[in-house]
Amino acid sequence: MTLAKRIVPCLDVDHGRVVKGINFVNLRSAGDPVELAQRYCEARADELVFLDITASPEKRKILERVVRDVATNLDIPFTVGGGIRGEDDARSVLCSGADKVSVNTAAVEEPRVVSRLVEIFGSQCVVVAIDAKRRYDSGGSVIVKTAEGDCWFEVYTYGGRKATGMDAVIWAQKVAKLGAGELLVTSMDRDGTEKGYDLELTLTISEKVNIPVIASGGAGKPEHFYDAFTIGKADAALAASVFHYDKFPVPLIKKHLIERGIEIRP
Amino acid sequence: MDIAILDYGVGNLFSLKCALQRAGAEPRIVTIEELGDEIDGLILPGVGSFTAALRKIGASKTKIFDLIDSGTVVLGICLGMQIFFKESEEGRGEGLGVMPGRVVKFREDVKIPHMGWNNLKIVKYNELIEGLADESYVYFVHSYYPSPSRRDFIVTETDYGVTFPSMLAHENLYGTQFHPEKSGEAGRIILENFVKIIKR
Repeated sequence: MTLAKRIVPCLDVDHGRVVKGINFVNLRSAGDPVELAQRYCEARADELVFLDITASPEKRKILERVVRDVATNLDIPFTVGGGIRGEDDARSVLCSGADKVSVNTAAVEEPRVVSRLVEIFGSQCVVVAIDAKRRYDSGGSVIVKTAEGDCWFEVYTYGGRKATGMDAVIWAQKVAKLGAGELLVTSMDRDGTEKGYDLELTLTISEKVNIPVIASGGAGKPEHFYDAFTIGKADAALAASVFHYDKFPVPLIKKHLIERGIEIRP
Repeated sequence: MDIAILDYGVGNLFSLKCALQRAGAEPRIVTIEELGDEIDGLILPGVGSFTAALRKIGASKTKIFDLIDSGTVVLGICLGMQIFFKESEEGRGEGLGVMPGRVVKFREDVKIPHMGWNNLKIVKYNELIEGLADESYVYFVHSYYPSPSRRDFIVTETDYGVTFPSMLAHENLYGTQFHPEKSGEAGRIILENFVKIIKR
């Protein structure tokens, strides 16, 4: 089996500009999405994720024109999310050049959205994004031992603004059963901190589902990607700030991983 | 040079069209009803399911047979290649039957769909892979793969629990189980070669 682990740059887009925050807030501008997408494609990124991060909280539709502009010059898989409520939104994003749609808030509020999208567009088209935050109390179903103490992972919606009380591990299993093709699991605690992925979160979910898991939130250096693939058992690792500010370009991270024996598309 | 992408009414043909434009072609997206009888290149894209695509093509299959007979260069991508075969384990419907064999599902203990970058092992060189390095990585998204009964149709193979044919060719028919329009540089080489073959 030679399926390569994927390195996935993410464009968090706010009103047409790429932004990056810390713990989902304090957003600052990181550039033009079309330019960045082109650059990542040339740097041999394996996939690109585009999230319209304010579409859902502002209850508006995704910026299709920007999606189309980004897609025009892209020859790698392209996932688009943010504010997708159902079939119609998904179709228009797919027609604008996306290969997969990512749903989050709509799926939590109405899980049938997942099975419906799978039925129409196929599993391979449907990514469920889960934004999760640690809670060190006994409110969750799956308690995980971590260096910081026993915790569980709570699901958040509306771009990290609304706590749902749902256990992220249980939710991951449920959407996998509903037919989701892939999970994008973001640690809100680590988002933008560059301290490394939440490996306990990634591993717990990877071991409980039989679909690919994309680790997200916290990548700051090449070792973090290695840890996500080995300790976290992730199939893909997503990052934003390390790429946007050119701290660690994609080829450098790939070189590090290949040297350490990870299966990577060079 | 007239290249048509056949639209079965599901999914994203935008990226395929853009990729062909980058390869130097100016393709048209057409429905089976709009499909003319004098085109140089036909692409059967890889979106939707076996049954749904064949339901759409349905009674107009003869149009495709006529094009194949007249020498139109045909490229089937993913599902588009699977409909070269008569039957698929994916579902009901009778495929084109222009390649002998059938389409089967991954049975090994692997995650399905097979989704991501995997490499091509070249079995037999042909003009579609001219300039392509052996072991090149390309992008796959599928749960079924072709099992041709003729070994000499296989151009490349890929390992995923089993070794399966990832590229096929026979006369003016070419098929890729992966998505060249999503496969970066390797995909670009293949699409450029496809355009070159048509121009010949």
